[in-house]
Amino acid sequence: MAYVTFQEIDFRYGLPGPLIIRGFNLEVRRGEFMALVGPSGCGKTTVLNILAGFETPTAGEVLVDDRPVRGPERDRIVIFQEPDSLYPWLTALENVEFPLRVLGVSRSERRARAAEALRSVGLQGHEAKHPGHLSGGMKQRVQLARALVLEAPIVLMDEPFAALDAQTRLILQEELGQIAVRTQRTILFITHDIHEAIFLADRVGVMTAGPDSTIKKIVEVELQRPRVRGSAAFGELYEQINQILSEEVRRVLRREDSLL
Amino acid sequence: MRRRSDVLDLDPVSPRRWPGIRVLIPRSDAVAGSAASVLAVVVLWQVASTSWVPSILFPTPLQTLHGWAAMVREGVLLYDVGVSLGRIAIGFLLGTLIGVPLGIAMGLFRPIAVVLEPYVQFFRFVPPVAWIIPAILWFGIGETSKIFVIFYTTVFLVLLNTMAGVAAIARNQIRSARCFGASHWQLFLWVSFPATMPYVLTGMRLGMGNSFAAVVGAEFIAAQAGLGFVIIESGTWMATDRMFAGMLTLGLLGILADQLFRALSRRWASRYLMPS
Amino acid sequence: MTRRGAGRAVHILGYAVSVAVVLGLWEYLSRRAITPLLFPSPLSTLRVAIGLAAKGQLQADLFASLGRILAGFALGSVLGVAGGVLMGAFRPVRLFFEPYLQFLRFLPALAWIPAVMLWVGTGEVAKIVLLAYTTVFIVALNTMVGVTRVPRNQVRAARSFGATRAHIFFLVTIPATVSYMLTGMRLAMGNCFMTLVAAELVASDSGLGYLIFSSRQWMQTELAFIGIFALGVLGLIADQAFQAASGWLFWRYDGGSLGRTTQ
Repeated sequence: MAYVTFQEIDFRYGLPGPLIIRGFNLEVRRGEFMALVGPSGCGKTTVLNILAGFETPTAGEVLVDDRPVRGPERDRIVIFQEPDSLYPWLTALENVEFPLRVLGVSRSERRARAAEALRSVGLQGHEAKHPGHLSGGMKQRVQLARALVLEAPIVLMDEPFAALDAQTRLILQEELGQIAVRTQRTILFITHDIHEAIFLADRVGVMTAGPDSTIKKIVEVELQRPRVRGSAAFGELYEQINQILSEEVRRVLRREDSLL
Repeated sequence: MRRRSDVLDLDPVSPRRWPGIRVLIPRSDAVAGSAASVLAVVVLWQVASTSWVPSILFPTPLQTLHGWAAMVREGVLLYDVGVSLGRIAIGFLLGTLIGVPLGIAMGLFRPIAVVLEPYVQFFRFVPPVAWIIPAILWFGIGETSKIFVIFYTTVFLVLLNTMAGVAAIARNQIRSARCFGASHWQLFLWVSFPATMPYVLTGMRLGMGNSFAAVVGAEFIAAQAGLGFVIIESGTWMATDRMFAGMLTLGLLGILADQLFRALSRRWASRYLMPS
Repeated sequence: MTRRGAGRAVHILGYAVSVAVVLGLWEYLSRRAITPLLFPSPLSTLRVAIGLAAKGQLQADLFASLGRILAGFALGSVLGVAGGVLMGAFRPVRLFFEPYLQFLRFLPALAWIPAVMLWVGTGEVAKIVLLAYTTVFIVALNTMVGVTRVPRNQVRAARSFGATRAHIFFLVTIPATVSYMLTGMRLAMGNCFMTLVAAELVASDSGLGYLIFSSRQWMQTELAFIGIFALGVLGLIADQAFQAASGWLFWRYDGGSLGRTTQ
């Protein structure tokens, strides 16, 4: 049963600009972890922004639970690649409290809920620190905690681990995988990293190169959780997705060549 | 860890091993070096004043100190410094109270920016001191004219920096707040305003710094009291020791005010300072 | 007309409307509400301005001020760049000058006007010296910071290519510092106007500051307005000219934010 539906989405930034996305269709089931991969500049972030409600599609509609998306709302929280969405003048705890404060939740309750959310992402003990004193990985965890505290059904993640070092990335992937299973949220996850996509997702959508990009192929990841990175099945899936993706990446390179 | 170079607003300079020049000066030597330099210049000054140049024109360090002591004894220093500071305080306060909201309004609302921008962009190039003459014509030779000049000085710096602050608010901060369903008021009070604070504070500090020059300039031209008045009067009466003493006081005041501002900001508004 | 072009046209229209409204208001107020002596109307100001220009007086004052600024600014910039580079490169030099820099930063050039008047009189030299003083500190400070902020890896790469000290100094350090020098110069320019006006108000018989001052003598407030307006125009042009010139001459020394500051 489709929970999130992209219907024939077209998108361009302004009248003289090219169509970044054209005829984009995608269905995401409730509780599903959907990863989107694609070559640079194919509009993956745009897709996420449209679902988040930050951008309005030029044509087509996005439905959440059969209701059209009309702007940002509490049911869809975004976790950005750069943690500049955190407020530097608030402590980690206060940052996580923020959405509850907007809702008007009482101080004691929101304090407790925020502390719990921070604990669930492994940041207990760091509540009083300001983002300036947190490492990249910790800041991303704060963003995650902030999304969890609202218990939003949909979490949108835009290459959240891309700016982190490899070790931290692996650890956070593990933790995210566990949190996803535990909380049963619907997650749209954008990444460059095919390994990451296979490790985390139930399905992986591969986009074509822009402009006019759309979904090229959706690959089911039918591996058992918890996922094991080195397994043969994992490797096969990697090869499969990589082949589809490389075609598109090569198209981009050829086009850049011809522009020179 | 605070280092002396913090005062200069520089990144702490690591002792650079300049290729070829292997001179690594550790901290304590640095202090000694500067102290030696000051001592050398003071001695040079004393010598130059007494032997090379008629000391009526160029007072010796000792004479300057004497003049300073005299002014303190007579209460002149306290009174005139107080007068100048009072003018700065009022003008600065007014300038901030008006500059901040205006800057925010201009940054957030395009129509307001378009309406006010031509004036801001033009008059920021007119030095505050230029306004002292019209101010005297309109407000007389009293306090109001000087306060007006200080107000003018502060308001532009605060406004421009506040506007820059509004422009610098990370788009993702606004977006995430919108995700959480924040209302317009909540967005403004809890996100936009705090995010702009570091820039507002910078603007205030700059405004404060420039205010000293502005008040002195204004007092040169039209005042019966104040530090600037002391300096120019002493000059006119060839009491150069007092003149230098006044200038010394001015410099010290400026440093004091700047340090005080920074200390207070760190104490009460540390979460709103620019990330370093 | 493209979307962009339309946006700009609206922008300029908005400006024009705003200015027109204020001018109209000003004209109205000065006729009805307040003594025209204290607050002359735009038309009256324009009339006086034209009169001055016809006599060549306005131009004379304008060029006098401009000339002083250019001379003082140029002198101060050269000294400031040289000093700043030396201070940034050689620690002993920096240590020697640092206490004065720290103190004199807070002693505005303005404060020296009475002293300079006493020593050198009220001629051109006095003003140029004051303007040079204003410029030197800011430029030196910014240049010094720039020298210390040369990306370490750029120096290291040069060393691995076998560059000598001199090579590194002239081919890496200096080019990397250019944008800081320009920032300092641009900041100093603004302060120069401040110092110049004060100097011309206190001790001069020509220049825009003097023009403003004379409004009190002749009880002609129009003169003050003209002087202020001319200052604004001059300042604006100077700033734009500086940005354009530095962009044109030195574009390759920075990624496009040459000499631009928040202020």
